Amino acid sequence: MSIQLLGEGFDPWQALQQHQADNPRLAGKYGATSIFVGTMRDFNDGADVDCMVLEHYPAMTQKHLQAISSEAMSRWDILDTLIIHRFGEIRPNDPIVLLAVWSAHRSASFPACRYLIEELKSRAPFWKKEINGEDARWVEYNTPG
Amino acid sequence: MSITVKFFASLRETVGKEEARLDPAQVQTAQQAWAAATDGREMPANTLIAVNMEYAGADAAVADGDEVAFFPPVTGGCGDAAR
Repeated sequence: MSIQLLGEGFDPWQALQQHQADNPRLAGKYGATSIFVGTMRDFNDGADVDCMVLEHYPAMTQKHLQAISSEAMSRWDILDTLIIHRFGEIRPNDPIVLLAVWSAHRSASFPACRYLIEELKSRAPFWKKEINGEDARWVEYNTPG
Repeated sequence: MSITVKFFASLRETVGKEEARLDPAQVQTAQQAWAAATDGREMPANTLIAVNMEYAGADAAVADGDEVAFFPPVTGGCGDAAR
């Protein structure tokens, strides 16, 4: 289980390769890797968005993501999880979140990956503030997936 | 020692501060911590509460050394409509 909270941009595809290179114990064991990448759009709720500032509650974020990763590991027959989430200033087309689950079979990795994103979105203490020119507004709620 | 209160995101802007320290002798619950830290302001209905980084209710007990956080509904992740 790996959790990274990053204040700067990252490449999710490179991060996946790096995680697999750093965890040679996985080689030959996994037949399925399920991935979710969330990326910033340049529009939301009918308005253009120039950039976004993502705030979080660092100690609680880390604890919460650790808890949902452990829950996924115990609930499904999976080998490993990776969560990377941005904070700070984010611009359109920047990746915001990467979730990856490795397992022997897809029947475990797909639901575990879905569980992680839904739990993260509904419970992890992150807040988005959208900036459009001189205007700034807090995003008030996430819609269901 | 003291009880630490933290406010995040829009709630921080509404309350006008990000942190407060309270005398544990005066505060027994999260609700009382809110009242003491905000000079009796009414808590918005959708406020979420965490005590020591775990979600808790307004009546959760707080004690010396605890950290109590108040924040609005969370909006992390992305990839679908956040409205």
